[in-house]
Amino acid sequence: MIQVINISKSFNGKQVLKDISIDFDRGKTNLVIGQSGSGKTVLLKCIVGLFEPDSGEVKYDDVVFNKLNSKEKRDIRKKIGMLFQGGALFDSSTVEENILFPLNMFTEISMEEKLDRVNICLKRVNIFNANHLYPSELSGGMKKRVAIARAIALKPQYLFCDEPNSGLDPKSSIVIDNLIRELTEEYDITTIINTHDMNSVIEIGQKVVFIFEGTKAWEGSNMDILESDNKILNDFVFATNLTKKLKTK
Amino acid sequence: MFLNKVFTKPENLNMYYRQIIIEIGKLGINSIGIVVIISVFIGAVITIQTAINITNPIFPKYIISLTVRDSILLEFSSSVVALILAGKIGSNIASEIGTMRVTEQIDALEIFGVNSASYLALPKIVAAMLFNPILTVMSMVIGIWGGWVAGVTTGDITSDEYIYGIQYEFIPYYIIYGIIKTVVFAFIITTISAFMGYYVKGGSLEVGQASTRAVVYSSVAILFFNVVLTILLLQ
Repeated sequence: MIQVINISKSFNGKQVLKDISIDFDRGKTNLVIGQSGSGKTVLLKCIVGLFEPDSGEVKYDDVVFNKLNSKEKRDIRKKIGMLFQGGALFDSSTVEENILFPLNMFTEISMEEKLDRVNICLKRVNIFNANHLYPSELSGGMKKRVAIARAIALKPQYLFCDEPNSGLDPKSSIVIDNLIRELTEEYDITTIINTHDMNSVIEIGQKVVFIFEGTKAWEGSNMDILESDNKILNDFVFATNLTKKLKTK
Repeated sequence: MFLNKVFTKPENLNMYYRQIIIEIGKLGINSIGIVVIISVFIGAVITIQTAINITNPIFPKYIISLTVRDSILLEFSSSVVALILAGKIGSNIASEIGTMRVTEQIDALEIFGVNSASYLALPKIVAAMLFNPILTVMSMVIGIWGGWVAGVTTGDITSDEYIYGIQYEFIPYYIIYGIIKTVVFAFIITTISAFMGYYVKGGSLEVGQASTRAVVYSSVAILFFNVVLTILLLQ
């Protein structure tokens, strides 16, 4: 479980996050939604420690992460897998080398075992015969799946996904969404997903938090959204004519 | 701050050793071609220009090769080669690390629990400090050879006179001096360029600007420390 307690964050005098508190449950896909610029990515980066919050606490299973020193933070980070918006695969390394990276860096197992793990992870994300390809040779969806394979290589306890569906077609988006949900349940991990893809919200939003102008404006499940009368949430989620009809029905 | 982060205990020494080998290939071995070409031609040009300027028959011909030797050992193979390498490997380092920054690859390293500054910069610094002296010695030998080829081919100096000149009052310390300067310049090029790349914000335009800044600042720092080292080591 990850707890965010009264987090605030400003940049050059502009407050981006305002006293946000959220509990992210283990074994569930926790979605953070909101407009571009609402503070979702800043929140995620505060949680993983890429940004230092101005005030408040981030707790990983009762350990206050943002009060730890660099070395202690690195120990926690070894339990974290993260899927970045663009995949963030290492350009100069092959698919296999990308997934081997955390295994080489943090495990003492033999190369044979490491390669086995690489192949298990690739198989899990339905990537075959791509071990020796470079990221530039992969499609957008494949890059995301390889990034997921790399994120799960060390069997993480926490998985973070920043806009996992950005730049993907609807079909590939569903594949990625389902994969994240299955992995969350399979590994019993705490998963936090930043998204503004409404299909994802409806498909896998076991817990959904809506961020509006740096504050938590709403919290519930995907089914609760359909029944919510929160005007700001409805304006965001049901912005298109199609979704408005869905809400009306 | 940046150097503090760079010079910390590596998480996994084997990974760093592997990176150093890769960087020796990328920054060092890949620079051999340009160093060879420039050294040959500079050696040749110094020979021809010295020959043109020594018109008085009082001066013996071997002064030509003596001038070539000292110019190359004292200045060209360390400082001029360093300036050229600042352009080649400095821009390479800044753009590589800068691109990793803007495409979140550095964030990915941090999330893995890796000290990204150290993992990205330290192997490059070590590789350049180890291999650039080899490039310098290579440049010294090839530059002097280039001068010999030009001198003999144009008839400005005979082979025997040239060889006599390069041996005349030879001071071996000049080689050590050149190597010491090269090691310092390698440190300057790699740290400044890595710093410029590491702290890039924005996109590809800013990566290009950082790359240019890396070359300019490294070059200015090389010229400044060239004076300082000359005072410290030769006076």
